[in-house]
Amino acid sequence: MRHLMNPLDFTVEELEKLFDLANDIEANPAKYAHACEGKKLATCFYEPSTRTRLSFEAAMLNLGGQVLGFSDASSSSAAKGESVSDTIRIVSCYADICAMRHPKEGAPMVAASRSGIPVINAGDGGHQHPTQTLTDLLTIRSLKGRLGDFTIGLCGDLKFGRTVHSLINALIRYPDIRFIFISPPELKVPDYITDMLTERNIAYEEVIRLEDCMPNLDLLYMTRVQKERFFNEEDYVRLKDFYILDKNKLSAAMDDMLVLHPLPRVNEISVEVDDDPRAVYFKQAQYGVYVRMALILTLLELA
Amino acid sequence: MLNVGKIEEGFVLDHIEAGKSLSIYHHLKLDKLDCTVAIIKNARSNKMGKKDILKVECDINTLNLDILAVIDHNITVNVIKDGEIVDKKELVLPQEIHNVIKCKNPRCITSIEQELPHIFVLADEEKEIYRCKYCEEKASRSATQW
Repeated sequence: MRHLMNPLDFTVEELEKLFDLANDIEANPAKYAHACEGKKLATCFYEPSTRTRLSFEAAMLNLGGQVLGFSDASSSSAAKGESVSDTIRIVSCYADICAMRHPKEGAPMVAASRSGIPVINAGDGGHQHPTQTLTDLLTIRSLKGRLGDFTIGLCGDLKFGRTVHSLINALIRYPDIRFIFISPPELKVPDYITDMLTERNIAYEEVIRLEDCMPNLDLLYMTRVQKERFFNEEDYVRLKDFYILDKNKLSAAMDDMLVLHPLPRVNEISVEVDDDPRAVYFKQAQYGVYVRMALILTLLELA
Repeated sequence: MLNVGKIEEGFVLDHIEAGKSLSIYHHLKLDKLDCTVAIIKNARSNKMGKKDILKVECDINTLNLDILAVIDHNITVNVIKDGEIVDKKELVLPQEIHNVIKCKNPRCITSIEQELPHIFVLADEEKEIYRCKYCEEKASRSATQW
C-alpha cells in the first residue's frame, strides 16, 4: 500500500505514468466514469480549504466513487481530543482512501503510519502540499508538451511560499531547467535552495522586477505578495506593483509563455489578463482534478 | 586522587565534557540496566583541564552506544574484555534517533500529540544535521543542548 506525503515520493518515471493516465482521463472521461464504483474517499480536513477539498471530491465523484468526511476540526472528533492516529484507524474502517489536510506539519505522515488505507497529504501547515505540485507539473507538461528545457520565472513571495519550494524541488529532477526568481529582497528564495541549485550546477538568477526578465520566460509562476510579510507599509507600497501582472507587463512576454498561479489570487494578476491565451491558471485548476483522479486510481491500484 | 577499580568487561567512556556524564547516563538508559556503573566527575585531564568518565560493567554486546556520536563524538569509547582495553570503538552518527532531540517547531504534529515519539533522521552526515521525521525541522547536533 502506498501513500503520498511528498511530491518526491514518486520517481520521475512513476510521475510520467501518472501524468499519462491523467491525460488519458482528460481525453476519455467516460472511460473512467465508473472506475471507482463502490469505493469511498474520506476527506479529513482539519482546517478549511474549499478548493482542495472540492477538487478531491470532484475527482472521486468523476470516477463514480463516493465521498464522506469533515471540513474543519471543530466538526470532527479532534475537537474532543482524539489523536490523528486514532481518527485514521476509524476512518480506515469507513473508507477506501483518505485525503487529509491538517494545520500541523507531519500529521498526514502520522496518519499514514497507522492507516489501513492509502493516505494523501492534502496540505500540512507550511510543510508540503504534494497534489498542488503534481497539478503544476501536469499543467506544464500538458500545455508546454514537456517537462524540461525551459526558463521558469517564479514571482512573488519566494521566502515563505510552500508551493514554490515544492515546485523547485520537483523541477530540478528534469533536464535543462533555468530558474529566474523575481521577488523583493525581503521575500527572496531561501539560501538553502540557491545553495542547492549552485551545488547541482542548475542555472538561476534573482531579479527584483518582473519587467527585468519577462521576455526571457517560457513559464511564469505567480504567487501572492502578502502585506503582512513586510516590516513596514512603506516598503510594501513601494514594491507591490512590481509583482502585479497586468496587460502591459505581459505584452513583453513571448507568445507561447504560460502564466500559472496556485490560486486563490487576490490582486497580483489583474483580471484583464484572464482572457489572454497565455493565462492558464484556471485550466491549472482543471488539471488539478485530473491529476487527483489519476492519483486516486493509482493508489487504489485500479489504474 | 580517587581510585575506582577496574572492570572485567564493559566500556570506559573517556573524555566526556565535564558535567555531561549524568546526561549521558540517562541517554544510554543506564538507569534501566542492572549493572555496575561508576560516574566520575571533574577528573583531571591534560587535554581538557577537567573531564567526566563513565565506567560501565556489562556484556559488551548489550549496550548500543551510537547515540554518543550525536551527543559528543569526541568521547573515547574503550571496550574492555578480561580487564584489558581490547578496542576503541569508533562513533558513527545513527541514521535515526528516537526521543533524543525534541522538535522545537511549534507547527509540528509532535507539539500537540504528546504520545508521539520525537524521531529525527540524519539528513547531512558531513554537517551533522538531523531533520524531524514529521515536519523536517532542522536540528544541528552542535546547536542542541544536551
